[in-house]
Amino acid sequence: MRQRFGDVMTMLEGILLTIVTAATPLLFAAIGELVAERSGVLNLGVEGMMAVGAVCGFAAASTTGNPLIGVLAAIIAGMLAASLFGIVALFFVANQNATGVALTLFGLGLSGLIGDSFVGTPGIPIPKVDIPVFSDLPVVGRLIFGEDPFVYAAVVLAIATWWFLFKTRGGLIVRAVGDNAASAHALGFSVLRTRFLAVLFGGACAGLGGAYLSLVYTPQWTQAMTAGRGWIALALVVFASWLPGRLVAGALLFGAVSILQLHAQAIGIGIPSQFLSMLPYIVTVIALVVISRNRALLSVNTPACLGRPFVADT
Amino acid sequence: MRIVLERRLTPSRNMQYLSPLLAIVLSLVTFFIIFVLSGIDPLKALYIYFVEPLTAVWSIEDLLVKAVPIILIAIGLAFCYQSAVWNIGAEGQLAAGALAGSIIPVMFPSLQGPAVITAMILMGIAGGMAYAAIPAILKIRFNANETLTTLMLVYVANLFLDYMARGPWRDPAGFNFPNSRPFSEGQILPVIAGDSVRLSIVFMLVAVVVAWFLTTKTMTGFKIRVLGLSPRAGSFGGFSRDKMVMLTFLISGGLAGLAGICEVAGPIGQLRTTVSPGYGFTAIIVAFLGRLHPFGILIAGLLLALSYMGGEGAQVAIGLSDQTTQVFQGMLLFYVLACDSFIYYRLKFVREPVLDAATVR
Repeated sequence: MRQRFGDVMTMLEGILLTIVTAATPLLFAAIGELVAERSGVLNLGVEGMMAVGAVCGFAAASTTGNPLIGVLAAIIAGMLAASLFGIVALFFVANQNATGVALTLFGLGLSGLIGDSFVGTPGIPIPKVDIPVFSDLPVVGRLIFGEDPFVYAAVVLAIATWWFLFKTRGGLIVRAVGDNAASAHALGFSVLRTRFLAVLFGGACAGLGGAYLSLVYTPQWTQAMTAGRGWIALALVVFASWLPGRLVAGALLFGAVSILQLHAQAIGIGIPSQFLSMLPYIVTVIALVVISRNRALLSVNTPACLGRPFVADT
Repeated sequence: MRIVLERRLTPSRNMQYLSPLLAIVLSLVTFFIIFVLSGIDPLKALYIYFVEPLTAVWSIEDLLVKAVPIILIAIGLAFCYQSAVWNIGAEGQLAAGALAGSIIPVMFPSLQGPAVITAMILMGIAGGMAYAAIPAILKIRFNANETLTTLMLVYVANLFLDYMARGPWRDPAGFNFPNSRPFSEGQILPVIAGDSVRLSIVFMLVAVVVAWFLTTKTMTGFKIRVLGLSPRAGSFGGFSRDKMVMLTFLISGGLAGLAGICEVAGPIGQLRTTVSPGYGFTAIIVAFLGRLHPFGILIAGLLLALSYMGGEGAQVAIGLSDQTTQVFQGMLLFYVLACDSFIYYRLKFVREPVLDAATVR
């Protein structure tokens, strides 16, 4: 009896651990997009930036043998990809929806091109943090004290983003630019510079999320390995109504859906695998509907200038 | 000195025609540089990519075959984008059309003939429309962002297609390949020119002309554009935004569905786990490159089909990755969008005022 109980707990711990790892890339990408959207920019290119981050992170890590260099390369690659979007959508005042789609198509293609020679290359493992004694605690031990460093980084990043947006002058400027660009401009803040920096931050975070996929989650490179996570991250930002705290909860929820369907596929519950694979996407649509139907609630936190281009009158 | 954008008093007519050309030239120049940097003879690569497909009859035919679905979808998407409805899920609507249109040929192989093909096409269109109606209803009724819902539904549709082709609809005599049974002769669109150009090219040309008539000559086209430019002005004019959202979704879904059934009941000839190499996404680029105008889309669609052809050729001839085509297409869209801003804006060089005692005083 005691033995059975132990088995169940071990399995539960395993599931919870994988949920956290599935939530982490979503959280990274969504935090970056949240900041960009708070500044009034809707960047639909998250999927492309993640893909570029994933491949550059993997390529740099496996050529140098140093995963840290891989992480840095992914961040830089994400920012470079984001700057393409920033130049076209902000300085050339192009439609943000279309530019974001361009970035996704471009990023997915470019990642495939770069990654061609890395298909099948084994990845470099990143050691897990292991705090002695504490990580041996039942169930919560490894969950809280034995994750990989990215998980802690994502949580810290979420808290730091909340603190930046709502407790600092810089965050106030970002929100001002996103809520009323004309007024922020009249007050002497540079709308375009603020937005460009926010977009770059979004790119860095998406690149990091991509690196997590190719360095930790499935330590290898495969074509189209982001599998729509960038789009789910975009939906998460809406789902979280642009609040970092809710983003963490949302990422865990979506992580849980994608992991539970994998477990269900492994156990074989008589439902064709394709229908289980659909679940994360269907849940995303349902979540969007549930959140969006309450227009009043949504409009409280929606950046008022989201997606609207800005040109200063000279 | 700074460079800023200054709004033109009236949109530049010249730039409307020049901007897509400029974008193409810039893309080619960028590609040229990339080829040089990666040690590939750039002239040879560009020749293989953009000229060689035009030097043989069979490859020109193949170009037309590839252009048909892309243009069909882009024509529909242009209606959406004109009214600021961001349907980016045509790839899924195409799969839905292919699935719905395949019901008769897969389940009733003995039914054949022109009437059956007509029914298949109508079912394909209906399938695409029904699938596009989902995000339309979610947007109208629940205010759900259509960009995200349409894209999520692409994954759902492709997984369902995969299930049908591997599962219930797999050909029992097909050696376990994940395909449906090959459609019978009387269930496939007839070839009307050369060896491979099928009736679907006529549908495409009709769609172009009808779309041109609808957008430029009718009240509906006017309403769509007004609501896209200014929803407020549209509502003052008494135009229903919700109706236009539904209408544009149904048009684009129907055309994507038509493209889907024309592919499976045409060049492919059976239902497979994938029925499109990303035509639904390429069509987004084509819609913008064609400046959302039916005739522009016709030309842009041929060009992008050429890039697919060239990509295949370059893969064989100089071992270029098939991803090169997608990079080219994505880059082209970036350039198109950037160049389009010169229609409404012009570059202005602003000299920073020199602050000295006299000016500050």
